[in-house]
Amino acid sequence: MTNGPWHISDKLVIPSSQLDEILARLTQAGFKLLGPTVRDGAIVYDTIAKAADLPVGWTDDQERATYCLKSEGDGSLFNFTVGPDSWKKHLHPPRIRLWEAQREDQSIRFAPPKDGIAKTAFIGVRACELAAIAVQDKVFLDGPYVDLAYKARREACFIVAVNCGKGGGTCFCVSMKTGPQVASGFDIALTEILRDGRHDLVVEIGTKRAAKILGDLAARSADAKDLAAVKAVVEKAASEVGRSLETENLHDALMNRRESPHWDNVAGRCLCCTNCTLVCPTCFCTTVADGASLGNALAFRDRRWDSCFTHEFSYVHGGVVRQSARSRYRHWITHKLATWIDQFGVVGCVGCGRCITWCPAQIDITEEAKQIQAETTGEPRAYAEGV
Amino acid sequence: MEAPQPDRASLQRDSATRFYPYRVRQKRSESSDTVTLTLEPADGDPMPGFKPGQFNMIYAYGVGEVPISISGDAEEPDVLVHTVRAVGAVSRAICAAGKGDVLALRGPFGTEWPIGEAEGRDVVIVAGGIGLAPLRPAIYQVVHHRDRFRRAVLFYGARTPEDLIFRKDLENWRKRFDLHVYVTVDRGDAAWRGYVGVVTTLIHRAPFEPPNSTAFVCGPEVMIRFTALELQRMGVTPDRMHVSLERNMKCGCGFCGHCQAGPVFVCRDGPVFSYDRVHDLMAIREL
Amino acid sequence: METLEPILTEHPFFANLDREIIRLVAGCASNVRFAPDDYLIRSGQEANLFYLIREGRVSLEIFVPGRGAVSIDTYDDGDVLGWSWLIPPYQWQYDARATMPVRAIALDGKCLRTKCEQDHNIGYELLKRFAHIIEERLRGARLQLLDVYGSATTR
Repeated sequence: MTNGPWHISDKLVIPSSQLDEILARLTQAGFKLLGPTVRDGAIVYDTIAKAADLPVGWTDDQERATYCLKSEGDGSLFNFTVGPDSWKKHLHPPRIRLWEAQREDQSIRFAPPKDGIAKTAFIGVRACELAAIAVQDKVFLDGPYVDLAYKARREACFIVAVNCGKGGGTCFCVSMKTGPQVASGFDIALTEILRDGRHDLVVEIGTKRAAKILGDLAARSADAKDLAAVKAVVEKAASEVGRSLETENLHDALMNRRESPHWDNVAGRCLCCTNCTLVCPTCFCTTVADGASLGNALAFRDRRWDSCFTHEFSYVHGGVVRQSARSRYRHWITHKLATWIDQFGVVGCVGCGRCITWCPAQIDITEEAKQIQAETTGEPRAYAEGV
Repeated sequence: MEAPQPDRASLQRDSATRFYPYRVRQKRSESSDTVTLTLEPADGDPMPGFKPGQFNMIYAYGVGEVPISISGDAEEPDVLVHTVRAVGAVSRAICAAGKGDVLALRGPFGTEWPIGEAEGRDVVIVAGGIGLAPLRPAIYQVVHHRDRFRRAVLFYGARTPEDLIFRKDLENWRKRFDLHVYVTVDRGDAAWRGYVGVVTTLIHRAPFEPPNSTAFVCGPEVMIRFTALELQRMGVTPDRMHVSLERNMKCGCGFCGHCQAGPVFVCRDGPVFSYDRVHDLMAIREL
Repeated sequence: METLEPILTEHPFFANLDREIIRLVAGCASNVRFAPDDYLIRSGQEANLFYLIREGRVSLEIFVPGRGAVSIDTYDDGDVLGWSWLIPPYQWQYDARATMPVRAIALDGKCLRTKCEQDHNIGYELLKRFAHIIEERLRGARLQLLDVYGSATTR
């Protein structure tokens, strides 16, 4: 064990009990801590103070329209996959005030919202979530316009990523090439090693500022055995992921099958409940709500999450473009897996599986895609019913 | 002497969220539900100059914001002209604005009519209903630089004679010898002496050379489709036809997701598109 | 006396039509003129003539109680106006009013009707051409029916 000084790219090992030390240093550096915690029967992202606030000993079981937590009591800190929350809840919040305005001097004065954005450390970001953040970076930061609300929150966040120790029932990060290994885009990456009597965290330093914060942390350098253990953790998770998706030719398959009868099949099941768009870490559609105080002294605009599954989403005077559930589901999946690539150069889906878990109608995006693909290859495919 | 223009890229980044308060200088009623507002900066800087085909997001204080095409002369920098049809709460509030009232604008957004591409060719402009408004800046451009084009023809279809907009402009354009103007209505009354019938039936009457023409079409999507079909039948190639599409927009700059039609964002990749790019999209129902 | 044969021969409606048939039709044709607001056709009357518009404009109208005469179509240079002379009950359904000075060729439909019954070849050639005209007008009418410029609330 030494006290560093640690540098970018260094890999260290600490006992899991020392996670609190890292969290304390982040708090001291001015970061609010957000991380996974158990609430209302699910693992959500909320304010945490210490390691004990994490879902210690909890694991999750996910399948179509199924999510349940089990307490294993093994003291694990991160032995679960992703829950209904995603980090977009904080980077692209469900509701924000965009501005307030007042009539003044025969004109209108606009003022930005008063509250500043707090520096926040995201604890426990999975590889698929890093990929999702990278996707939203492309949407909000890389185009001809920049979303200033996202930019401010993105610049204020510090990322402590975690390599998944288990693959979820609805996960397919391996197919989407987004995980389970955390590769880049993090400040710190943790891997929990819990076996043979050890409970350690392998800590990888990803940025200069992380190196500064961890500068003199008491730890030992990771050796070959530690790195092999990390590899084993990742491989175990990869072997357990419950879903797969063939991405080659997927774009063209979807673009060419707009008139497939399969969309009527989906329409018979889809409730347009918008759950999938709510839980999806890359869905970004919003709407605005304009209002004014009594007497119009103050006018304001809020921005809220919206969903392409709502009836009025595509309303133009004269009518709604996407009237049917059929057309709305087709739009969502085609955007996610195909036209997103035309727009942003990357596919919109990161394989996190949330939409599969949280769809009350048991619609599985990987299965729907496979049905469409089967139509283009001419190989009939029996629709895989939910378990 | 013009003030130096800040670089377009940084202007673009600001324009997404920056509001420009504009005051109504003049208001003209075009028809029972359509008004043309001439706006000037209420305080501070004027908006960056626009290109024909572009739109602004117009905010009515306390009510809401909608995308409205700019319908004025791009070479007149002191004012902004918008022609608005009252079809919903926000557009009604904008149409209710009177002289001296202040609206707030964001923009200009979107792609332009590629007028330069029509140079040396016949220019064919087909407008349906309120679709004449986004085309008027293009017509002004053609008229200002008439010698750059060969023949110039305008076809304009409206519902009834009462629904015709820009009558003064139509009269002025008609008076010119170098511009052919054809106006038709879906139904006429006893006093109407002009054409009655859909705008496509007029297209055959005008002297222009389809293979050497560039067409700009704007109006209800159905009208755009049957017009494009007719033009194509006559020999205008799809890459030489440009159309302006419309979709629900909340932001105007590619973030709210509402305006998508297949892979394109109408606010950013459009609203002006070359027909060969969107022809397949327009054929898919409920896209 | 000058016949209208050369004028008819040039008109697209008569393209590729047998010379004999054109001569026959020309024999039933005469030059006519209408001043603005003259009626070429009146609803309810027996349909005996049809017109080849050479110059000017004719408005096709339906009289709607409470609304007056509503113009639903116009015929201009080169258009052929009127097919009810060929289709039973041989009665005009609309009014057709000149909205500008009109020069036209009036054709004796009643006479031609008889000839068509006697010689089906003539009937077929004329009917073929009218089918095309009717199809074009129907296409336009269907698009007008969509009322694309109307707002949703007024449809």
